[in-house]
Amino acid sequence: MKITITVNGEKREVETTPSTRLLDLLRDDLHLTGTKEGCGKGECGACTVIMNGELVASCLVLSPQADGAEITTIEGLGTEEELDPIQEAYIEAGAVQCGFCIPGMVLASKKLLEENPQPDEGEIRRGLSGNICRCTGYQKIIDAVKLAAKKLAGTGKLAGAGKSRGKGGGR
Amino acid sequence: MSFNKVNKSVKRIDAYEKVTGRAKYGADLKFAGMLYGKVLRTKYPHARILKIDIKKALEYPGVEAVLTARDVPNNQFGVIIRNQQVLAGKETFYIGDGVAVVAARTEEAAERALELIEVKYQELPGIYDPEEAMKEDADRVHKELPGNQVIHHPLRKGDIEEGFARADVILEREYTTQFVEHSYLEPEVVIAVPHEQNSLVTIYGSVQNPYATQNAVASVLQVELSRVRVIQNHLGGSFGGKDEVISSMAARAALLALKTNRPVKMVNSRDESILESYKRHPYRMKYKVGATREGKLVAMEIKAVADSGAYACQTPFVTWRSVVQATGPYEVPHVKTDTYGYYTNNIYTGAMRGYGSPQVIFAQESLMDELATELGMDPLELRLQNIYHNNSITASGQRLDNHKVSLKEVILKAVEASNYREKYAEYNKSQSGDKKRGIGMAISFRGCSLGAEAVDAAAAIIHIQKDGSLDLYSGLAENGQGLKTIFAQIAAEELGIDLDRINFMEVDTSIIPDSGSTVASRSTLIGGNAVRNAARKVKAIIAEFIEEEYGDEFGFKAKDLIFKDNRIYVAEGKDVGDIKEIISFKEMAGKAYNAGVLLSAYGWYKAPEISWDEETGQGNPYFTYVYGCQIAEVEVDTGTGEIEVLKMTAAHDVGRAINPANVKGQIYGGVMMGLGYAIMEELETEEGYIRNTNFDGYLIPTVRDMPEIIPVIVENPDPVGPYGAKSIGEPTLELGSAAIANAVFQATGRRIRSLPLNLERVLIGHSLSKGGNR
Repeated sequence: MKITITVNGEKREVETTPSTRLLDLLRDDLHLTGTKEGCGKGECGACTVIMNGELVASCLVLSPQADGAEITTIEGLGTEEELDPIQEAYIEAGAVQCGFCIPGMVLASKKLLEENPQPDEGEIRRGLSGNICRCTGYQKIIDAVKLAAKKLAGTGKLAGAGKSRGKGGGR
Repeated sequence: MSFNKVNKSVKRIDAYEKVTGRAKYGADLKFAGMLYGKVLRTKYPHARILKIDIKKALEYPGVEAVLTARDVPNNQFGVIIRNQQVLAGKETFYIGDGVAVVAARTEEAAERALELIEVKYQELPGIYDPEEAMKEDADRVHKELPGNQVIHHPLRKGDIEEGFARADVILEREYTTQFVEHSYLEPEVVIAVPHEQNSLVTIYGSVQNPYATQNAVASVLQVELSRVRVIQNHLGGSFGGKDEVISSMAARAALLALKTNRPVKMVNSRDESILESYKRHPYRMKYKVGATREGKLVAMEIKAVADSGAYACQTPFVTWRSVVQATGPYEVPHVKTDTYGYYTNNIYTGAMRGYGSPQVIFAQESLMDELATELGMDPLELRLQNIYHNNSITASGQRLDNHKVSLKEVILKAVEASNYREKYAEYNKSQSGDKKRGIGMAISFRGCSLGAEAVDAAAAIIHIQKDGSLDLYSGLAENGQGLKTIFAQIAAEELGIDLDRINFMEVDTSIIPDSGSTVASRSTLIGGNAVRNAARKVKAIIAEFIEEEYGDEFGFKAKDLIFKDNRIYVAEGKDVGDIKEIISFKEMAGKAYNAGVLLSAYGWYKAPEISWDEETGQGNPYFTYVYGCQIAEVEVDTGTGEIEVLKMTAAHDVGRAINPANVKGQIYGGVMMGLGYAIMEELETEEGYIRNTNFDGYLIPTVRDMPEIIPVIVENPDPVGPYGAKSIGEPTLELGSAAIANAVFQATGRRIRSLPLNLERVLIGHSLSKGGNR
């Protein structure tokens, strides 16, 4: 079967099967390997992507469900030459160790900050509670989100804000 | 001493590719013609294999190879004792044993083929408790061995009977700990590529210890080491866990790759990972301690038994670390310790962050609080009366005289940062309501690096390109901890260049000498010295070249040169800091190249001598130690048994923090892993079967479980470490469980001697779970 999805702003037509997971479609067919598989059960958050404005575990989404969807993966944020403020904040706060959870964490942070540009610590914890990290003890990830909030407020650069404000807004 | 690049919180050099998703981990790699490998694992923990029929699997479309034990040239491997099988041939010893491997053109075909392999088993009774394995008439897990004992480490100091005769108070207590899963977020992956660039086989993947993997694959294939090349990739966490399990996986993939003459990729699912990979050792520990009425320790007798599971793996060394640390950082004149490892048919156990220390520290630091209660003393005062100072003699007879024994300083800094004294007094008063608070502490000394386990040396290569940019190779591996950044800082400090000129290469066993394993919190200390050695060698070459070129003109000697800010200077005038530029680093490199000067150097560092007598447990097992103190503040809901850890204060003497931000990162991460160990994590096993094989059943701390964490970095530079640096990775996780158990005791009056401190243990005093650690 063929599906059409918009990934990181680019419309793609992909030949796939009904049982292919979005995760595999992204990694194997579109070669976007920044999205990681940690558990295959939606427990760890490593495969998190933003689909139609919502955070999803791409290991739990089958490709037909993604037909027509707009998807943002980690590759859709910044590049090493031009980092997204959230990515910058993760580097500056020292929030990256092994890095395997980081793509999911960064996307969860993006979603959180789009809905709530100035989250307090409790809101940050809730926003990241679907993503497991075994290295950092989370402290510096929380610091990174706080720093990212400051950076975004400073630049007024809240990419996608409003547009993707979903039902869960302002949790 | 002032520094330009070390002792600074510089940004991690590998963070950029990681935040953008560009970093390639093993599972992200693809090779032309690549096949997918899958493993068929046993149905029963202990069984005889009567027959394996692979015919139908081989006929399945897309399947290129199916291999069993008979296709393995040498089926036994291991770092210490070679008794782990690549594939089970006649008998399975634990539930994760592989029976056959398949390579197919798609993952689906490989998985389907596994179902078509017909195996006839005869289920056998097994041994699932080390106490059973110890019995004289117990069945032997490995028939070719004389018994089930993997190892026995005795330690004898003084006269234990005389010691107890002098005691006013004697306490005897038993403590147990559980199986723990590393839970690195990246499941294991290996790709074996045949006949690449003249190697017989090249291994890529999530390899913690490239040389151990190289050795295992070469030994399994029965070929020379230079025929097997291992190249590390970005590693998604390891914590000691991606060693033997990767060796086995790499050997299987290599066999399939050579059989099919195509690259073979094997990726474990999380369930496969938890089912097959080795775990932290569960311990059962009997402690007997004698003290005077005034609170002076006089004697300690310890018997500790570790469950090794089906294979020896790292048990001989894990239990050895326990021996050295079992009495804690206390002066005890009379000590008798016996530490054992036993084979069972449980999942095998191996290295995990902390190695053999978290178990004995849980016991011994809980015991100190129990003793304090018995003596009516404050636990802090009891500790301060007995701790090591400079010139103290350890249980193994080592005089601590070659570095600063900073335990008292570390404890007092933690006490101050946590406001321990006031809180201890406050929580001792009667508390109303269901929610009760408590505060507790634990302290440790920890031997740095391998100690008497093995040769302790490491290599580095610095290679300067003709434009002054630099490639840095190390024989130790980045596992996520930040090694690349630390080593780059050291090279940059010595050569006076910026970090962005340094390109850190992944470990490649064909380029850099065997540097042992990236374990034992040894990288900064041993590998850092190797990098420094390489940098100093190449710096000496450069200085000599500059003297030859410009020495007469400017009137200086090589030794007068100053390397900093990407330039080379010479002192001028009388004032300090009055310097004159001779040449930029970049220009120098071009000139040196044109003059035919070699601008590369191998660095090597071998650790100072140590000693150990295996019969008596006496000697100097480590050449230096680090000291730590963690204080936990908890709130326990006495209605539900729920523990909330409110605050953890963690003070650690690291010698010198090469990168203070990284040190704090290690502390935060280690404290959280220790918290998981203390209150939530347990791999539940029942008769060798594992119940929780994914993160829905095996719970690790999330961001919501995170307490306030106060890191306190203490710096007493070590004479041996690079710039005085020692260790931080493992000490951070070994203290939490006892500190939390002690805090729970203060809050509830309930002393829990088994980990984890889960709801039912806190509420009713024992575990309700059928499996696991009863």
